[in-house]
Formats: sequence, C-alpha cells, structure tokens
Amino acid sequence: MTASTPSPIPATVIGGYLGAGKTTLVNHLLRTANGLRLAVLVNEFGALPIDDDLIIAREDNLISLAGGCVCCSFGSDLMAALMDLSQLSPPPERVLIEASGVAMPGAIAASVDLLTAYAVDGVLVLADSETVRARADDPFMGDTIRRQLGEADLILLSKCDVPAPADLAATEAWLASEALTAAVVPMTATTPPPRAVLFDLAAPAPWRHGGTDTLGHDQAYDSLILTPPPALDADAVADALAARPHGILRAKGVLPSARHGGLAALQMVGARLRVEPLAGGAPRHSGQVVVIGLRGQLDRPALEALFPAPLSSAS
Amino acid sequence: MTETVVYAAREIITMNPSRPVASHVAVRDGRILGVGSLAELAGWGDHRLDTRFADKILMPGLVEGHSHVMEGTFWSYAYCGYFDRMDPNGKIWPGAKTMAAALDRLADAEAALADPTQPLTAWSLDPIYYDNVRCTRADLDAISPSRPIGVLHASGHIMNVNSRALELAGMLRAGVNHPGIPLGADGLPTGELKGPEAMAPVSPHVGFDRDALAADEPGLRRFARLCVRQGVTTAADLASMLPDAAVEMMTRVTGEADFPARIVSLRRLHGIAPEEIVARALALRARSTERLRLGIIKIVADGSIQGFSARLRWPGYYNGAPNGLWYVTPEQLAETFERALAAGVQIHIHTNGDQATELVLDTMAASLAKVPAPDHRFTLQHCQLADRAQFRRMAALGMCVNLFANHHYYWGDEHRRLTVGPERAERMNACASALDYGVPMAIHSDAPVTPLGPLFTAWCAVNRLTASGHLQGAEERIGIADSLHAITLGAAHTLKLDGEIGSIEVGKRADFAILEADPRTVAPGELKDIAVWGTVQGGRVFSAAEI
Repeated sequence: MTASTPSPIPATVIGGYLGAGKTTLVNHLLRTANGLRLAVLVNEFGALPIDDDLIIAREDNLISLAGGCVCCSFGSDLMAALMDLSQLSPPPERVLIEASGVAMPGAIAASVDLLTAYAVDGVLVLADSETVRARADDPFMGDTIRRQLGEADLILLSKCDVPAPADLAATEAWLASEALTAAVVPMTATTPPPRAVLFDLAAPAPWRHGGTDTLGHDQAYDSLILTPPPALDADAVADALAARPHGILRAKGVLPSARHGGLAALQMVGARLRVEPLAGGAPRHSGQVVVIGLRGQLDRPALEALFPAPLSSAS
Repeated sequence: MTETVVYAAREIITMNPSRPVASHVAVRDGRILGVGSLAELAGWGDHRLDTRFADKILMPGLVEGHSHVMEGTFWSYAYCGYFDRMDPNGKIWPGAKTMAAALDRLADAEAALADPTQPLTAWSLDPIYYDNVRCTRADLDAISPSRPIGVLHASGHIMNVNSRALELAGMLRAGVNHPGIPLGADGLPTGELKGPEAMAPVSPHVGFDRDALAADEPGLRRFARLCVRQGVTTAADLASMLPDAAVEMMTRVTGEADFPARIVSLRRLHGIAPEEIVARALALRARSTERLRLGIIKIVADGSIQGFSARLRWPGYYNGAPNGLWYVTPEQLAETFERALAAGVQIHIHTNGDQATELVLDTMAASLAKVPAPDHRFTLQHCQLADRAQFRRMAALGMCVNLFANHHYYWGDEHRRLTVGPERAERMNACASALDYGVPMAIHSDAPVTPLGPLFTAWCAVNRLTASGHLQGAEERIGIADSLHAITLGAAHTLKLDGEIGSIEVGKRADFAILEADPRTVAPGELKDIAVWGTVQGGRVFSAAEI
C-alpha cells in the first residue's frame, strides 16, 4: 500500500426481511442524495421503482442516475460487483448495499470489509413494526429474522404509524427483551431518519456549530458535542463511549491517536466502533466528538461525566 | 435419400419394456428407425450394416441429470484430489493419498508453468481424507513464494491460497475479521478461505476468473469429451446465469458437426425478479436447438449439508452447529412457482436439508391449489435428507426427484460422524423410498463436485458404500435395473425429454452408450468398472479412444 492509495469508500449494509421497507428507504436516499455520489447495490432491479426522470442511462445491470448516483444489480456476485464499482471513474463517494430478504447482513459486512477499497460504516436492519414479531416465530424463517436483527448496528423499526400504540409498545418491549446489541430507531415511510443518523454524520468542524446543520430541525433527535481532554487518545475515548449504551445512535470525531501516529477518525454506530487513520490530507478540526441519539434518550449526565471538560450543547 | 445404418450388437438393452432387448438397431437422420432383428430392420429398405459394435453392449445414451459444464473448465487446472479421476483426455490422475502427495502434485504442476507470473490454479483438495490436516499458506509458499496459488477444495466452498495471492488481494494484513478466514498465531490469515465471499477478492488473482467460468468455450468442449468417455449423450448443466454471450457461444459450439453431447442448461433464479425469469425462460426455450436445450429454471433454496449451510428440521445438526442458510424467501418461491406453473415453465429446486424440502413441498401444495398444472415435473435436486413422508408428498404433488447418490459415497462417513448422525445418514439419498412411492427419480454426480460418470452413480445407489467401505442404509439400496432406469429414462423424465431420449425405440434420438460389459449381469460391485467404448449421439459415432 502506498501513500496514494485512495481512502476506502464507506459502505452501509441495509438488511431486513421482505416488506420491511428496504427498497422504500433506498429510493428515498437516492432521491435525496443532494450531490452525494451514491452507489446503490441491489440484488435485482425488480422492485426498485426509480423515477424515469432520474435515469440517465440504463445498461444490463447498471443504472446511471442524475447527480452522479448509480444503481447496480449484483445478482449472484456482490463481491465482484463491488470490485467493479470501485473501478468507476470517479468512484462513488458512498455505497449502500441492499441485502436480500434472507441474507445475513453481518456476513455481508464482514465480506465487504475484506475489500481494501471499502470500509463498512454500519449495518442497518429494517424491521416491520407490524409483522416482525410474527415473522420471528415463523417455523421456516424465524431464526433467520432473529439472526438478522442480531447482526444490526441500528434497527430501523418501520411503519410505526401502522400498529395501534399498545401493539407498537409491545413490539418495542419485545425487541428490548431480545438482548440485541443494536439501538432501535422508530420511523415511518414519511419520516425516515436523517442521513446523519443513517450514515452521513459529519465530524465537528469549527465553521459548523454543533450538529444542528447535519440534523436540520429534526425534532426526533438530539445531538451533543463532547470535548475529551486534548491528551486523551481516540482509542480511550472509544472505550469510554462503548462502555455503556448512553443512548448513542451514532458518534463521530477526530482525535489524536498514538496508534495511527497523528489524528484518527472515531466512528461509532450502535455497537460498531472504528478508529481509523484520518483520510485525506486537509487540516481538520480535532478534539471533539459529536453524538446523536433519539430525543430524550441520550444519557447526558453520564456523557458529561465521561469527559468533565467544557461541554457545549447543540440542541 | 439419406443413408440407413444398421448396427449389430452383442446385445441392445433398450429400456423399452415392450421390446427390452434386441440384436440390431437401425439409424436414419440421427434417429432410431427401428430396433429388432436384422431381418425385421431390412424391411426398411437399403441399409449399410455396421458391425463394429458386434461384441459390445448398447444402452440408451446415459443422461446426467445434474452436473456443471464447469467440470470442463476445471480440467485446465491441476487436479489434486484424493480419488483417482479421469480427465477429458482419458488420462487417469491417481488420487493424492496424503497432504504431502497433494502438495507434490502442486509442485509438479508449478514446475510445468513457464510464465513466472502465471497463477497456479488447482482443484479438488479434500483435507477430510487427511484427518483434517489443514493446508496453510506456508505449505503453498514452499511451492512458490512469487506466483499466486489457489487450490479449491472438492466441496467448492473452501480455497487455500499462498501469501502472494493474499497480498495481491490486499488480505495479507492484520485485522482481517471474517468468520470464513481463520487467522494464524501471527494474526495474519492462514490462507484458508471459506465461502464464496471470502474467496471472492482472491479468486481473480489465482485464475478462477468469473468471466471465464461463465462462458468458457474450451471448457465446454472438454466437458463434452468427458461425456463421451462416460457414455453420456445428454447432460444437464445446473445452472448458469445464461447471459446472451454465453447462450451465443453455447449455441455455436454445440451446433458444430462434431460436438458430441446434448446440453440442457438451466437459468438460475438469482439477481432477477420472478416475473422476469419466467419471461426469460420462455425466451430461452425458443432458442433451444437439437443439442442445446434451454428454458428450465433452477432455484437454490438452501446450502450444503457438509458445509452446515443446509436447512435442517429439528433436531438439526448432529454436532450442534447452528441451522444453515436460506437462499430464497418463501414469498419468492411461491411467486416464481405460480408464474412458472401458469406459463408452463419447469423449475428444478436445489434442497439439501429436509427443512428446505419441507418448505418447497408446502409452497408447491399452495401454488398448485392456485394454479393447477398437470405434468409440471418440478424436480427436487439433491434432496438428500428427505424422509418417507416427504417422498409421499412429492408423489402426491406430481414432483420428481434427482438424488445425489455419489454424495453418499464421498461424504457419507462425514454425515454419519458429524453432520446428521448415524440414523439420518442411513436415509440420505433414499432411492428405494422414492421408488416405493412412485416418485420419478434420477441420480446424479453434480460434477465437478464429484466425477461425471452415471455408471459409477448407479453403483453408488446399488451398493450404498461410503468411501471407507461402510454399508450405510442397506434398506435404501436399489436394484441394478432400477439404477439403469434412473440414469437413462429417469433423468430424461426430469428434463421432459423422455419422449426423445432415454430408451432405444423407434422415433427417438439415436443416442447410445457403447459398453464393453453387460451392466445387468455384472456383480453389483462391478457396475462402476464397466469400460465405456464411447457413444453414438444423434447417429454420430464417438469413440472414447479417439475423442
């Protein structure tokens, strides 16, 4: 590996059983890419209703979309499709992999991580709030559904406006009782979580005040900026954040790292933690970590106690 | 007027109950004009009498109901399997009986490569037979530190590679975290890669090129020569993605005047929606030719038993391994079944574990209730763990089965010891049960997973011996006559070709297997040792000695 090796393309795996809303979410992300060159990999184009006016060109297994996004059907060979995709010029800025309904999203993530061109950013598993409990008891598919949920970093509990409130509460209680490592994010078809929660959280920067611009004015989430002591290593910060759930859905920061000999990017989604050499040579604001949680779910006192240094609230 | 040739034989086994044996067969225009005595056949008029088979036994051309043309591709790689195996040239490669012998074979193959950058590609390693001694990248580095080396295991699910191959794939590094990639004491991968995803980054660097595998013209030719050596005149290729380029190549090559086999290539349901694949199957069917038959769909429901990825019913794996993986959802299965039944398209479904078989049976029952379709012949492929209740349901639903008789020999000991335990191992590939309930049945090799050779497959079903010589499931043995039916008409039936091939009778294709001994009268243990002279395919004579 040489210094000119391009930084790995972040990849997000989107799993979950049929009907849980994977395709709806992927379509939403494509429509709202806003200039981010997304590449979406789907098993097949069959159920993907991409608006015609977005399509620039269509080949057998590759659809080019306005704004530089592409959508690719990988058929039998996801790994080959990923290797091909990384050769595109310019390469995509981010890859979303829509797993098939029976695929194990954690296994896909482990495999994607084998490819040096990619770095897995998170495993999102959708669960239909109305049907997931019944599915989990299906004699054929039940163990598959449970394994999928068990491999998630974030569980996106979809269609939360459909079941009666008591049923939804029961489903949430059931998920909590399943001892899953993932945090659960409720959503509906019209209120998907913001990109900052799903995959696109920006590190704190001096010209950006807190997390408000990444979260917009979304009332469903809170964010906090943590400022660990300047000498504290990124790995130590990561350990501290991971020690308890704290209600964190996602965290990102740029911190000093002895292991990487300089600055490192800390990223956390659910229980997945990565501390990696900082990509790109541009000087970056360092020393802070932004964390996002569901409104009212971030354990502020505990987080404040972690790094009792100056703390600024962004919400 | 085209020529009529009458072949004289020591005996012709017709598989046609109304005229089970004969001394002569007349061929015109690649088809069987008549079967009987010379005097009877002379009634058709002028003919040329060909006596070259006068001391041979003629059978219907053998039908391999589940193989992969890829076997032909693999013979461009170094063979390092445990068992003796015949290549397309007829050379028998002796099995490597120790890991050291397998490594020696690799070293020989390496020495024969001129270009120092060319990868060394090998196949059919099977550490099960070496007390599970694992091959490491150090072993392969000793053969070449500079040339990438990839050795695929017999199962096709595991590959060993050397350091150079890992390096080229960017995987010779610390921090690799993948369930299919064991790490050594140094924190680096040992070079063993389990599962297609673990192998994928390395495969292109060690010669397992997916594009070449998808449409390998020399491989297709080699496969067909192997067919001649094994008496096979029709072989099913299960399955391919069948992109247009592959269909064009296969159409051209199989259409050549001296191409000696009929290939039935199935399109796999993968990366294509149910609605699209049924339309694609109909379009492919319309492109069928005499020697390339298209239009059947294959669906893979679960994984493999020895890979612990098959879906088992309770109580699951004997060694406590977690249940396997689904490769299709019940919803996809149901939609594809219903659309295919409505369109008259046939489907073959890979199920290894009995839970996968159960799901297919449940789905089939529901789909047929919605879309009744007589004589659909949907076929369960492998179906290794089915119990008698499941065979009863197959019969009731009009399904066929193609059992993996060879597997019982090659992995039966593993199944008894490790995967399913002694009791279920005895009912694996239960040919007698299938026949008891009248399920139309074929038996297969799944080449290259095991060697192509229907007479060997018949031997497996008749004797039910494992590689260690253990008689496993004596009650599920079948007779020689039933085994011969399974490798001719039985397999033809599963491909909806039994009206054209599978027996020697008037009007059918002139497809014969030319044998040196009579399989009906040899000792059951000698079925696999019957020498094959060659074939007649569509009236064209192919001698194994000259192919």
